[in-house]
Amino acid sequence: MSSALAFVSHPGLVLLGGACVLPWLRGSARNAAVLAIPLLALMLLWQLPDGPAWQANWLGYAIEPLAVDRLSRLFATMFILMAFGGGLYALGQPGRVELPAAFIYAGSAVGVTLAGDLITVFVFWELMAVGSTLVIWSAGTRTAYAASIRYAMIHLLGGVILFAGIAGHLAGTGSAAFVPMSADSAATWLILIGFLINAGAPPLSAWLPDAYPEASWSGTVFLSAPTTKAAVYVLLRGFPGTELLIWVGLFMAFYGIFYALLENDMRRILAYSIVNQVGFMLVGVGIGTEMSLNGSAAHAAVSVIYTSLMLMSAGAVLRATGKRNCSELGGLFRSMPLTALCGSLGALAIASFPLTSGFVSKSMIPQAAAEGHMLWVWILLVAVSAGVFVSFAIKFSWLVFFQKDSGLRPADPPASMRWAMILFAVLCIVPGIWPAPLYALLPYPVQYQPYTAAHVLTQAQVLLFAGLAWCVMAGWVKGWQGVTLDADWFWRVLLAALLRRIGALILATQDCANRALARLACRISYAVARQRVPGGLLVRTPTTGSMALWVMLMLLGYLVLYYVG
Amino acid sequence: MNEPMNEPIATRASGPGEARNAKRWWRGFLVLLLLSVLAELAVSLHPHFAIEALPGFHAAYAFLACGVMILMARVFGLLLRRSQAYYKAADE
Repeated sequence: MSSALAFVSHPGLVLLGGACVLPWLRGSARNAAVLAIPLLALMLLWQLPDGPAWQANWLGYAIEPLAVDRLSRLFATMFILMAFGGGLYALGQPGRVELPAAFIYAGSAVGVTLAGDLITVFVFWELMAVGSTLVIWSAGTRTAYAASIRYAMIHLLGGVILFAGIAGHLAGTGSAAFVPMSADSAATWLILIGFLINAGAPPLSAWLPDAYPEASWSGTVFLSAPTTKAAVYVLLRGFPGTELLIWVGLFMAFYGIFYALLENDMRRILAYSIVNQVGFMLVGVGIGTEMSLNGSAAHAAVSVIYTSLMLMSAGAVLRATGKRNCSELGGLFRSMPLTALCGSLGALAIASFPLTSGFVSKSMIPQAAAEGHMLWVWILLVAVSAGVFVSFAIKFSWLVFFQKDSGLRPADPPASMRWAMILFAVLCIVPGIWPAPLYALLPYPVQYQPYTAAHVLTQAQVLLFAGLAWCVMAGWVKGWQGVTLDADWFWRVLLAALLRRIGALILATQDCANRALARLACRISYAVARQRVPGGLLVRTPTTGSMALWVMLMLLGYLVLYYVG
Repeated sequence: MNEPMNEPIATRASGPGEARNAKRWWRGFLVLLLLSVLAELAVSLHPHFAIEALPGFHAAYAFLACGVMILMARVFGLLLRRSQAYYKAADE
């Protein structure tokens, strides 16, 4: 294959190339390109054979910038589908930066999944941070700009940690290959931490709900998938069976539920749902059996669709009403029936309602915990399943689209947005009814039957009684306004105050030193001036004889030094 | 772009969540809850853990877990909730 042709056979580079072309196109040519580029990338992806397609040597390391297997094909497919659906949804976005930035973002996420070595992973990892920061920027508001700077800081920190880890790993093992590792050395720990920062793991989880809801109505849809799901992918590939991930994942799952219960902003609720769902996936990675790894991969794949779908419906509401707080919304199903239907289907999928994609994917993870006799993990996962229904499904779809009538009567969005939502709603339902094609894409052979009477019944009980708990106790947390303090307090308030103090201290020290120096200079110049009077040191005229004496002494000293040296 | 249509209307249509339907919705919901627990008599649950074999375990546990989570969220809220302008004040 010629080198030019080989270059365009990388699906991620096709999206990145598309991002370079999009800013120059207008009107229907742009719309056609937005839809055609992801489809071309998808076609190329599925024509690539399994195994490394590109191999090279770089600085003495064997690298594989393009390598495909079942796991990477599944994730790359989902990222490209997200770019297609998000692109269709955002066709009416007047901002000119967002779509190219989103294509850089999706293309680099595909690049991470198709990388066979850690060096390529790192390059695309950083490019992903650039693309996502640009997506947030393109919202064009002051709060979005401030949030994007905080977002970029966290991701640059994550990037530095990852780079240090990869450099240490290369030096230690002499190999750049991206193979399963265990966190047993400083280098692999740093790599794990770098990956976890992008997954939204504690203690830095707050970057996600801080930044994502500040993007434009369409920008948040693009942001929902690549960073966190690419992190799940690299953890699936790099650290399967790392027990720590079970506990980190459970923490994230509960963190998302608690913060979402207190939140009023609908898109921030959904941002917390991303942390929660990624937590669920990390538990699967941590358990590390074929069933749980399949479950994490399947759940990551379907969550790309339903999270995007819920954010699309939230974006449609935001675009039509300009309101983002649940307390100001409600009863929108009357005038936005399609948006309400699609948003609710996404909500049912995240709650793992039977006949939705979430039911056939998520249930594999608690099943794996049960088969591994991990009672505590299993029992906490059941609590999370109940909490997800209350804190995301009900809090989002019920409060925004049903519940009390807010009196708002916005219309359903334009055709491009409607079709994007319909496409993703179909993709939420079809795997739920017919899971075989999804299971066929998973990394390991699937021997799992989601639709047993026992499983359907117990899940129905969990959802129904979680709903009852909401009906009885919602008043305790409903309608709360304001912000909930999170770890971002440390860098938004504490660190900022600390830096202000340090700055003031430096200024004060500088001031003090300046004054002391000025006083010293004054004294010296006065002392000099005092000697410029008749009879003073500087005005005296020494005799020629004394100078001759001094010259003779100097020459004598020189002579002595010459002989001694 | 469509203009937002934010005009409130004088009369409010009926639908889920409206007060006059509330009683009917509640009754239907409670019947559904009861049926879901009674269905355990007809379905064998293949429990993995002893605790799962208790009758109505999933129902009771989901209710309790959600109740505890909502209660804990309230406690967290009382401690951690600040006004909407909190960070704006901190930024300036």
